[in-house]
Amino acid sequence: MKGKGKLYLGDRVFQILAFLSTLIIVVSLFAIGITLYKEAAPAIHKFGIINFIKSPNWNPPMDEFGGLPAIYGTIVSTIISIVLSVPVAIGIAIFLTEIAPNRLKSPIGIAIELLAAIPSIIYGMWGLFYFAPVVRDYIQPVIHATLGKLPIVGPWFSGFTPGIGLFTASLVLAVMILPFTAAIARDSFNMVPPILKESAYALGATKWDVMKDVVLPYAKLGVIGGIILSLGRAMGETMAVTFVMGNQPVIPQSILQPATSITVTLANEFAEADTKIYLSSLFLLALILFVMSFIVIAIGKFLFLKKVERGK
Amino acid sequence: MDAFKRRKIVNNIVLIFSTFAAIFGILWLIWILGTLIYKGGSTLSWEVFVGNPPAPGDNTGGLKHAIIGQFLIVSIAVVIGVPIGILAGTFLSEYGKNSRLANIVRDISDILMSVPSIVIGTFVYAILVEPFGHFMGISGSVALAIMMLPIIVRTTDDMLNMVPGELREAAYALGATKSKVITSVVYKGAITGIITGVILAVARIGGETAPLLFTSFNNNFLTYNVFQPMASLTVTMYDYAMSPYQYWQKLAWAAAIILTFGVLALNLIGRAIAKWKFKK
Repeated sequence: MKGKGKLYLGDRVFQILAFLSTLIIVVSLFAIGITLYKEAAPAIHKFGIINFIKSPNWNPPMDEFGGLPAIYGTIVSTIISIVLSVPVAIGIAIFLTEIAPNRLKSPIGIAIELLAAIPSIIYGMWGLFYFAPVVRDYIQPVIHATLGKLPIVGPWFSGFTPGIGLFTASLVLAVMILPFTAAIARDSFNMVPPILKESAYALGATKWDVMKDVVLPYAKLGVIGGIILSLGRAMGETMAVTFVMGNQPVIPQSILQPATSITVTLANEFAEADTKIYLSSLFLLALILFVMSFIVIAIGKFLFLKKVERGK
Repeated sequence: MDAFKRRKIVNNIVLIFSTFAAIFGILWLIWILGTLIYKGGSTLSWEVFVGNPPAPGDNTGGLKHAIIGQFLIVSIAVVIGVPIGILAGTFLSEYGKNSRLANIVRDISDILMSVPSIVIGTFVYAILVEPFGHFMGISGSVALAIMMLPIIVRTTDDMLNMVPGELREAAYALGATKSKVITSVVYKGAITGIITGVILAVARIGGETAPLLFTSFNNNFLTYNVFQPMASLTVTMYDYAMSPYQYWQKLAWAAAIILTFGVLALNLIGRAIAKWKFKK
């Protein structure tokens, strides 16, 4: 029995180390929230949270800081990118689960997922030097000539710009989150029991009938959860939009014009902030983004995906 | 018969749309990779890997400083993040199991995974850059380590769960203590899965720029001192791409091609291991 005490001591030490590591995860998340709040405190005291969110003035030389342009850019670019990418992502998921021959399923699936593995700064550089000119020369004129002529909503889609702006950023974001949404939709579709589909086919349903009446209703929660998580991702994306958003701290009249977002403002101004209140205002923007993404993740994960897991 | 025809037509439209969606998705991949090869490929040479950083306006030089910086920053992130992540994953799987506490920690770790990377950058700035008064390579590593943690916790947790309980019981029956069972039996059964998780986590953080912008910052000189501002491929790429010097812009594309193909290769290796090991 000699040395047994030592053995048990080792056992204890290992368990404590494992527990402490777990604690680090928990502490990290809370520390992020608390630290951001602490650093944002001077800005919160000076402007007030509500006023900061409502104020459209972002004027560093005058020490005036309002978060509205950045928050507006974040929300609008996220919504446009989701609206554009979700139908395509679901189409890809349908292709991968229902249409693609078995031999092609895996290579095409991997190709789509590699799109998600490309670093976001690459999307930014490609977006600025190759995609923005295409938007400027081919897409903007079309939008301007069609949607821009509509009554009421027309001004939203009008104007010519060098190709960088809210819309271009949203397009790049849409491509970035496309594989992510597609992968989650595909996984949700794959969870549908084959027997349900087979019985529908036996009744003479077409592939689309089966998708619409069997697969989509069954996979609905998972797909919505996936879309919401992609939304969170688009919201926090930085480098892809930093290059193409234009970094103008204004609320643009048209989505074709340059704008800014929370992440773009942070990326461009954080290292340069020279006064305490300037830096504190940037921390307040970071805190707002943290809270926004926290809410989005909580909704996506706990309202939708948890139900999927339970239903399994 | 008409209703049947209409259903068939709608069906075909949807199938055609879906096929186009898949082709459309792959076209972006081809466009982006094609751009990289076209722009970066011509610049790639031995000089790019071993050359010292170019002076403004110079037409020679390379990315040695950024490659070494990137390697140091990511390596330290791995040294910090991997042990903590594996131990935490072990705790969840072997000690916590399905307890309330373990499930809460799993949720917290999932939330941490979705925190925008630039927010993690601002956090690390507040705890490691502001108090010391200057940017440091190692603070970039800490930011990346925080991003790795939840990925590694999740994969370790899942992989350990896949190790059959009989193996543990057999080891206990021989009189082994819990830590001995975990370190010499359970880890052995799950090692490939854990390594895959680590490779994918490195691929994920390797291309990150945002959290480095104001933690490790940048440095246009070669340094091995992780307590000083340090260059990374990604931040160098950002600065060079936006610079007015043509040669710097060329180097930015060379950095882009090195980084992207490095990250994609890691991804494919991780997937290949996972497939080889777990798919029958």
